[in-house]
Amino acid sequence: MLKTFPKGGVHPPENKLSSVSPVEVLPTPQQVVIPVSQHIGAPASPVVKKGDMVKAGEVIATGQGFVSANIHSSVSGKVLKIDKMPDSTGYKQLSVIIDVEGDEWDPAIDRSETVVREISLSAEEIVKRCNAMGIVGMGGATFPSHVKLSVPPGKKCDILIINGVECEPYLTSDHRIMIERGEELLTGVTIIMKALGVERAIIGIENNKPDAIENLTSLAAAFSGISVQPLSVKYPQGGEKQLIRALIKREVPSGKLPIEVGTVVHNVGTAVAVYEAVQKNKPLIERVVTVTGKDLARPCNLLVRIGTPVADLINFAGGIPESTAKIVNGGPMMGKAISTPEVPVTKGTSGIILFTEEEAVRNPSGPCIRCGKCITACAMGLEPFLLMTLASRALTERMEKERIMDCMECGSCSYICPASRPLLDYIRLGKQLTGKVIRERSHK
Amino acid sequence: MNKLLKISPSPHVTGKETTGKLMFGVVIALLPALAATIWFFGWAALLVTAVSVVSCVIFEFLITKYILKKTPTINDGSAVVTGLLLAFCLPVNLPVWIIIIGALVAIGVAKMTFGGLGNNPFNPALVGRVFLFLSFPVQMTTWPVPRGFATGYADAETGATALSILNENYDKGNIDSLLNTPGSELPGYSQLFWGEMGGSLGEIAAFALILGLIYMLAKKIITWHIPVSILGTVAVFTALLWLANPSSNIDPLYHLMSGGLLLGAIFMATDYVTSPMSGRGMIVYGIGIGVITVLIRRFGAYPEGVQFAILIMNAFTPLINTYLKPVRFGEEVKHG
Repeated sequence: MLKTFPKGGVHPPENKLSSVSPVEVLPTPQQVVIPVSQHIGAPASPVVKKGDMVKAGEVIATGQGFVSANIHSSVSGKVLKIDKMPDSTGYKQLSVIIDVEGDEWDPAIDRSETVVREISLSAEEIVKRCNAMGIVGMGGATFPSHVKLSVPPGKKCDILIINGVECEPYLTSDHRIMIERGEELLTGVTIIMKALGVERAIIGIENNKPDAIENLTSLAAAFSGISVQPLSVKYPQGGEKQLIRALIKREVPSGKLPIEVGTVVHNVGTAVAVYEAVQKNKPLIERVVTVTGKDLARPCNLLVRIGTPVADLINFAGGIPESTAKIVNGGPMMGKAISTPEVPVTKGTSGIILFTEEEAVRNPSGPCIRCGKCITACAMGLEPFLLMTLASRALTERMEKERIMDCMECGSCSYICPASRPLLDYIRLGKQLTGKVIRERSHK
Repeated sequence: MNKLLKISPSPHVTGKETTGKLMFGVVIALLPALAATIWFFGWAALLVTAVSVVSCVIFEFLITKYILKKTPTINDGSAVVTGLLLAFCLPVNLPVWIIIIGALVAIGVAKMTFGGLGNNPFNPALVGRVFLFLSFPVQMTTWPVPRGFATGYADAETGATALSILNENYDKGNIDSLLNTPGSELPGYSQLFWGEMGGSLGEIAAFALILGLIYMLAKKIITWHIPVSILGTVAVFTALLWLANPSSNIDPLYHLMSGGLLLGAIFMATDYVTSPMSGRGMIVYGIGIGVITVLIRRFGAYPEGVQFAILIMNAFTPLINTYLKPVRFGEEVKHG
């Protein structure tokens, strides 16, 4: 029996259409739109102005405070303007718009292909470097990585977990990274281990990616303390708490971080970004994005400069099919539907999925038959049907008691509901209301 | 691209399961029992089933459309399931008009007065059956002897059910001799298993009900918690009684296969709407049903207690849901 997390979970069709397509480099766009807030935490503050010439890799906005991240230009060219532009959330965000001229990189960046395995930086310098290079979690949550590279005082970390699960259907960017950039990935893991001061790291990979498991297992033999653990396929195994439970049988308590049980989780893409930042002095200015969809001519994985319009990616993959009714930024379970393909790729964009009219239909919802399938599916052991009722009546006290804030919005309940009830929609609403009450209380 | 894109919150994919498909699955699981009852009682069994199902569906349609003035909800198939289950706990020679009254009580009173599917506290089919049982005690306890498909049954030929024979003899202390005497009117194990005995339509053939259970478990329509905890409790409780005094008690296997226990444990108690939702809640609910069933069977006035046991535990379901929550993630902090 392969390991997995015991509580809840669903099995949506995998649809990994692009898993055998090697990563291709998307040509540099004519213009990039780089939002100053691409991470969880305070937005960065722009340090360039209209008309400035920038090189690829140059800082254009600096992080504000501890939980924030620097933003770098992903291209060389002239700053056209700094203005509010819609991003994938649908809201307008302060962004730096750059007209591309040539492709000149910051000379400090090592652009050679050779893999540097020797780590010369100290733990402290690693954290500083990742902070400077704007590294954030690449799995989608975009939490600034330097925060998760140092162990807070009074806490202990004895094991590092690397997330190679990629449990979202359709997405294959992490899968390709594990196949094509194994050595850099493992060096990145070693760097993170050094920063955290841990001896042991486990890379968790679902066994629907046997080639990735095989590749990393054979490469890991040359790295000390890193092991690869195949996992059986179940959504949402890529959830931090679920992955920790699956790999080392520890349960992160409600409202706490993984460090509480002596571990830290980083995504495989983040490990490669850390490698590039530390060994190659390269900021986070490009990332691998899966572009996919059932009617798309050529589902593929692309190495894309941050700020490239999503439309460029789709055109490269064969253009928007006539049947497209919805475009999702991220995975189908947790991603966001975008209103226009003109929004830019950001640090957290793991995939772009095009859904047909048929797939984009939301079934009309019926009465709750109390079948309990949402409870069985909930990986956090919550009662989504109950939370929905409580949320619709704004009973914040009850919701808090029923642990609504534990919900990670994985969508398993809405996915499984035979009556197609909009469970997660209401739970999000409930979380907003409850979160507000909790914040107000803590301010008093 | 000049058409507008759809925007909606995640998840953007949904499972294939629907309420209608789940109800249809229950109907499929009930088919072996229907086939068995037609085999033993003839076409009359099908007639009872058809009358019950059709009247349940029609009553639901009429009530939603003309009284509640809502879109009729009969497409979800829940009225069909109620109709089938109601028919399955009726005797085959029950007059048609009584069946129709049962359907009206089941759908009209037990289900629609509470707001329809999902809101009824008690299992509609069982409410219908108990109403008939109390209103027409003679007709509801006249059990024709099955004479096979070709002959069906004869009105004049009625017999007692296994449990009612037992109920009369528990205190006489002759149970073991009753079971072991050849030609005794108490049905043997193979009759209980295959269904050749008197009883209500759906309860007679144990094997057909077990097939239904296997199907529903395999299709994940229900989980093991409720049937296993009910049957396990009955088995343990009756085994203790039997071991203590074999001449005044029947063995657990006989209890499990006789009467409406299997029908109740597999199809009635597992009704989504009226049973608890968490695994541990389901187990408490199942144990409750098992204990009450045995108490009524062995010490009560009625030979069979499953129907009352389920209805009583239905009443406890909201309480169980309130106090027996699923185990939350992180509730037991583990350090590996």
